[in-house]
Amino acid sequence: MSDASYFDESAAPKLPVAAPLDFIALLKPRVMSLVVFTALAGFLLAPTLPHPLIVFAALFAIAVGAGASGALNMWYDADIDAVMRRTRLRPIPAGRIDADAALAFGVVLSILSVFTLGFVSNWLAAALLAFTIFFYVVIYTVWLKRLTPLNIVIGGAAGALPPIVGYAAATGDISMSCLVLFTIIFVWTPPHFWSLAILKIDEYGSVGLPMLPNVSGLQRTRLEILIYCLFLAPIGAGPWLLGFASWLYGFTSVSLGLGLLYLAAQLFFARDETAIRQAARRMFAFSIFYLFAVFLMITIERVLSLMGLF
Amino acid sequence: MSDKGLKDEVLSSQQGIVLTPEQVRGRRVRNIAIGLGVTFLAVLFYAVTIVRLGSVVANRSI
Repeated sequence: MSDASYFDESAAPKLPVAAPLDFIALLKPRVMSLVVFTALAGFLLAPTLPHPLIVFAALFAIAVGAGASGALNMWYDADIDAVMRRTRLRPIPAGRIDADAALAFGVVLSILSVFTLGFVSNWLAAALLAFTIFFYVVIYTVWLKRLTPLNIVIGGAAGALPPIVGYAAATGDISMSCLVLFTIIFVWTPPHFWSLAILKIDEYGSVGLPMLPNVSGLQRTRLEILIYCLFLAPIGAGPWLLGFASWLYGFTSVSLGLGLLYLAAQLFFARDETAIRQAARRMFAFSIFYLFAVFLMITIERVLSLMGLF
Repeated sequence: MSDKGLKDEVLSSQQGIVLTPEQVRGRRVRNIAIGLGVTFLAVLFYAVTIVRLGSVVANRSI
């Protein structure tokens, strides 16, 4: 080594300056909160609940597992995150966290979350959580996301699994009721993300992500959103139709489903670009409200039922 | 570079990597966060163990 390089300050190892909040941002806290919320609904469907501390510890493990898969997703997607406006301030592209540190953080938390869930509840739930992390990181992020416009159709299974993990953590088993919740999220995911993809069509195009609007065009995407909403409206009423939610839930889910269908039809029949963007924005916002309201209703009904008030 | 400058550089390199105040602060808060995280996990595992044992823990032959 020459003296010049030996004394060159730029050759010194780059040391991290990341604060804990940067690592928390790596866990995608908003996605984590949705995962905890849907897993809690799965928990509450169980005929009998374990001790509240076990419920808390299991939900904590599920949340950490979700966060770990978010960190691994950010590690793999750092190159495209750096280009897109929506994501370029994330910790890795912004230079606050080294990519290797994010990878180590994600792997350690994945292992920790799976074993914690195994120890505090049971190994079926732990295996399902491990499968969810694997599916999100390997099947969706690494394999499908940059390969096919069906990326979120298939990858949506990862986001739909938390109610099954929650139910399995409570009972050590899987039932029709948690499978219905899985189906609701699974069918909800494509119209939700395709609405966003319509709004962000230029950004996704700039990094070459094969989202449906970029590959098949706006017309085909709007038709697919409408078709998915036609299926989602009755599937959303499934918990009531199958008898594990009340008529109040049935009324709410059918009303919300009709609202979703109306917005999907509005998006489908929109003529000019401005109208399409406005309709897509409304569809995206309402789809978030739809899922939140449906799961909130199930959660409230089950909590009241457990308290003997409903 | 003069002989004195070179000597200072060598002495500085022998002291190891000198952190900037921002790096020192970052390392300190990360260490505190890790400490709190490990403490939380220890308390959680202890409490879960007690809950899982339940009243059975008292039913043992002496």
